[in-house]
Amino acid sequence: MLTIAQAWAVLHQVPDPEIPVLSLCDLGIVRDIRRHGADLQVTLTPTYSGCPATEVIEASVRDALTAAGAGPLRLSTQLSPAWTTDWISEEGRRKLREYGIAPPEHRAETSEDGWQILHFTPLHPACPRCGSKHSERLSQFGATACKALYRCQDCREPFEYFKPI
Amino acid sequence: MAEIDNKDLIEYLLRLGDSTLVLGQRLSEWCGHAPAIEEDIALTNTALDLIGQARQLLSYAGELEGSGRDEDALAFLRDELEFHNLTLTELDGGDFGRTVLRVLLFAAYQVVLWQALQRSTDARLAAIAEKSLKESRYHLRYGADWVVRLGDGTEESHRRMQAALEYLWSFTAELFDRDEVEARLAGVVPASDSLRSAWEGIVLPVLAEATLQVPTAAAYLSRGKYGIHSEALGPLLAEMQFLQRAYPGGNW
Repeated sequence: MLTIAQAWAVLHQVPDPEIPVLSLCDLGIVRDIRRHGADLQVTLTPTYSGCPATEVIEASVRDALTAAGAGPLRLSTQLSPAWTTDWISEEGRRKLREYGIAPPEHRAETSEDGWQILHFTPLHPACPRCGSKHSERLSQFGATACKALYRCQDCREPFEYFKPI
Repeated sequence: MAEIDNKDLIEYLLRLGDSTLVLGQRLSEWCGHAPAIEEDIALTNTALDLIGQARQLLSYAGELEGSGRDEDALAFLRDELEFHNLTLTELDGGDFGRTVLRVLLFAAYQVVLWQALQRSTDARLAAIAEKSLKESRYHLRYGADWVVRLGDGTEESHRRMQAALEYLWSFTAELFDRDEVEARLAGVVPASDSLRSAWEGIVLPVLAEATLQVPTAAAYLSRGKYGIHSEALGPLLAEMQFLQRAYPGGNW
């Protein structure tokens, strides 16, 4: 039977299916691990409601813990507090940058009036390759809902930006 | 507080869940057809978020109902008259202009609704609202961005956006119509008519920036959320439900 600490160590090695350079723990998807008698209770939190990786993530958590000898598992989903990019670890941000994805530039807005629909200040995230802030947005949505598509106007390379949410 | 009747809450959850599901289906029709690949991706990602929200809402409705129907049974095995989506969400997508205008109108509605529902006394509904609000804000910005660009664009794009607004506007009164179900759920859900001014506070400045004329309100009231639909829903469900109806229980 795994200890809680061992279970965390196992999940620190499980990659996110869409951004395999990050572990599920780097992303903050694993909310809690505890014991319920003989069962190991793992609480996960989805990133986006429509994230197609949600089922794959559950399956990979189940597979990794079972392979490590965790025994009976209970997986549950917790929506509140809602997942936020603020939970991505410092190490996760560094890994994102090295992988070619610009990490969120600022903290997610939590207040109800701290955002605007029109005339918002355009964001120029730093290019993960050359570090230039001379970037422009090509699309509000990238290959996945969690990312937007930008282009660096100095090194001319397109790159993805992990949107703060 | 008076005891909440689960039947009322189920009905309300179906109104929300069916609206997000049906608009998600409509938006996914753009997959491979949008004017540029970035818009193709944006519309289908928005569709994914909406379908994800629908899964949460319909799962909850199915659990409250307690007769074994899950999110899939509710989505794929109910007929037209059992759907409770807003008529606005089921209308033919029309051109790209009408599509992005509907994203704006519906996302603004969702934003004010989720803000109110975050404070619901029903913890699960409040959690769904808190999660979905962040997504709806992205959809709203996307819709607003395009409505301004096309409305305040060329003569042709302006003309088509104005036509889209004339068409869609007549279906917006339904968003703010309240009935007995909502009245009995007071405290759990906001009264629909209380959301109108916040919605106008978001939508009207965008339409003004887009140089579009807001049509005068008609007396017409569509009634999709009460199960009375336009001719557009049947064909949409036929396509959405075909596979599950033809191959019952099929999965991959």
